[in-house]
Parts: sequence; structure tokens; C-alpha cells
Amino acid sequence: MNAVIEVTGLTKQFGSVTAVSDATFSVQENTISGLLGRNGAGKTTLMQLLTGQQFATSGSIKVFGESPVENARVLSNVSFIKESQKYPDDFKVKHVFRSAPWFFAEWDAEFAELLIDEFRLPVHRRIKKLSRGQLSSIGVIVGLASRAPLTFFDEPYLGLDAVARQLFYDRLLQDYAEHPRTVILSTHLIDEVANLLEHVLVIDAGRIIIDQDAESLRGSATTVVGTRGSVEAFVGDREVLDRETIGGLASATINGLDGAGKAAATAAGLELTPVSLQQLVVKHTATTDMNDHKQEVEINR
Amino acid sequence: MDESKPIFVQIAEQLENDILSAQMTEESQVPSTNELAAFYRINPATALKGITLLVENGIVYKKRGIGMFVAVGARDRIVAQRREQFAAQFVQPLVAEASKLGISASELADMIRKENQA
Repeated sequence: MNAVIEVTGLTKQFGSVTAVSDATFSVQENTISGLLGRNGAGKTTLMQLLTGQQFATSGSIKVFGESPVENARVLSNVSFIKESQKYPDDFKVKHVFRSAPWFFAEWDAEFAELLIDEFRLPVHRRIKKLSRGQLSSIGVIVGLASRAPLTFFDEPYLGLDAVARQLFYDRLLQDYAEHPRTVILSTHLIDEVANLLEHVLVIDAGRIIIDQDAESLRGSATTVVGTRGSVEAFVGDREVLDRETIGGLASATINGLDGAGKAAATAAGLELTPVSLQQLVVKHTATTDMNDHKQEVEINR
Repeated sequence: MDESKPIFVQIAEQLENDILSAQMTEESQVPSTNELAAFYRINPATALKGITLLVENGIVYKKRGIGMFVAVGARDRIVAQRREQFAAQFVQPLVAEASKLGISASELADMIRKENQA
């Protein structure tokens, strides 16, 4: 496999705030990756750095083997769908789809037409008059129909209803299967996208804390429930992500419990439940030190 | 989808179930990874892992340039494999729960016989 993105020791500071801190990771060609994390964790900043919209404070970024900054060879192959894309004031919906092909060599107008129809987008309406959800569907359609070899979706579906989101997932999967490309999806709706992802990056307070394939991550944590004594005895020095107690009962979420460990837990009379990707991300990122919340001030601008 | 098992294992089991119930017969074509991905709403790479698991177990095989097909003897192999796992997967939990409830082995056997007649 080839790495489309290679990042080494990447740091981005805005004044005293470190939005991305010493990040090192790579993204393989033709995979769908999830970039997950809390508000203000650094997701958008990271994507802006990868698409040459911000300058790194230090570290190196290689996209298709080159620096993305001011690099047409790289950027013509990249589609970046932002949470709130701005358009010229007098633009109508149709103007977006008329101008999009100028920027994307692989633009598929027929596919765009089909999606406009499916998302029920009023093409003659002014952008300013659109609802939040309709604005999001423009981004989703541009992202899909551009067929860029590297596509970023940054929280693409603010205001999109459940039907439209499902439509987005279905079309993404279908089109990805027919036209393999590298997709990076940043979202808070982790449960909804969990099965679409092949690889998962979790960023917390600017640091990459998880960089793992989705399948192994999904089975990586287990919650054991039982009497307080038996849970404590079982936990021992295993790595615990989360603990809860109710009366005489206790539960502990244990990282990396293997088959033998699970058998031992069952033998000790404990109930086992698997931990979903969403719960796992919550448990990994919920314990952040309060001081880090200073970073939630609009570093995404 | 069930969270307690990897998705690719569930895909493989689902296809095995279709073979067991004769919805897919030997030498018939198996859905492509893209079809499986779209149907189950999963990443195509995950679907491919499920198919690969079946190839390793001799349940399906690849016809170059055409697709994947159910192997001859696949059904017998699945039956043999599942029989091996039957005690651990079904009988042991059944006996464990029965003993918690004070159901004796002969009572349990009676219950199974009754179920079988129904």
C-alpha cells in the first residue's frame, strides 16, 4: 500500500494555543479514514494544514509525496468539503455546480445531477435562501461528484436529516467501490459511520491518541460488569479506561482484553459487553484535563 | 450488526448460513465485495476480509476474472465445522444456565425432547 498523506512531527500554534501537537501519522491510498475527536480537538486545523490552507509551525507534511502549500499539482487532486463553505453573495445553487468542474478534473456532471435530484436540492434558489441542511447537501454533492483522489469531509452534514445522511453514506460507499479513492471523514456521529471506516485517527487536545485500523479498534476494549469485589479482583493491573459503581455492582472498561482474558472474566462470573467505536472514543477523550478546555476557543478559524 | 464479533466474521457467517439453508448452492456465484458492502453498509475492505476468510476455509473459491463461487463440498465442510463448535457455543451455556436454575440433566433432556416434537 502507498501512503497518500505522510505527516511527521507536525505542530501548529496560534499564539499560545497549540492546535496540533507533534502529530505523526500516515493515510494509505484508497481507504476511508475517520478523523474523530471532540470540539476544538484540532480536526479542522489538521485538515487545513493537509490542504495547504494553514502553514505549519513545525514538522513536515507530504501529500502525494509533496508539500501541499501553494502546490497546484497536489491541490488539484484534493477536494475539501468544509462545515460551512462560503459562496459569493449572488450565487444560486446551479452556479456552484457550473463552476465546480473548473476545479476538479474528474468531475462527473451526470452523477452530480443524480445527487441533486436525490437530495431534492432547488437549483434555481439563491444560496442565501437555503436551509442549513440544503447548504450541507451542496457540500456533500460537490465532495462526491468531484471524485478527487483525496477527499476531505469536515462535519459535512450539519442540519442534514436522517434520510439525507443515509443517502450520503450509501452513495459514498457505492461510488467509492466503483471509483476507489482516499476519503477522510471528520464527524461526531461516530456510530453512524463506524462500519464505513477502514482506519481511525482520534485527535485529542491536538495530539493523535489513536491511529489504528477500525476492525482491531472495534474489538479492542471490553466492559466487564459484576460485584465490586469480583471486578476489582479481575481488573488487577490491567489498563482501565473507565470505571463505574452502583451500590455493590461495578463495571470497568478494559483496554486490550484478549480471548484468554475474556474467558477468565466469564469464569469469574463477570458479564462482558463489547465497546462500540463511539463509546471507545468517548472513554478515551472524556478524561481530558480541564486546563485543555482553554483550547476550545475558536482555533478553527 | 452485532458488536460482539468482528464485522468480517459476521459477513462470513451470514454467507455460510445462506449456503447451509441452500439459498446459495454449490458452484453458484457469491455476491461481490462491493455488493456486500452496499447491502450491509460496510467498508468494502471489510467485506473482502469476510470473503477471504471463506476462501481460507475452502468454502468459496475464485474464478479468475469472473468472481467468487461456492466450492463443491462447502456445505459439508460448514456442517462439520459448526458441529465441532456446537458444544462450546450452545450446549455449555445451556448447561450453565440450567444449573443456575436447578434444572437437572434429565429435566433438560426432557425439555429438549419436547421442543423437538413441537
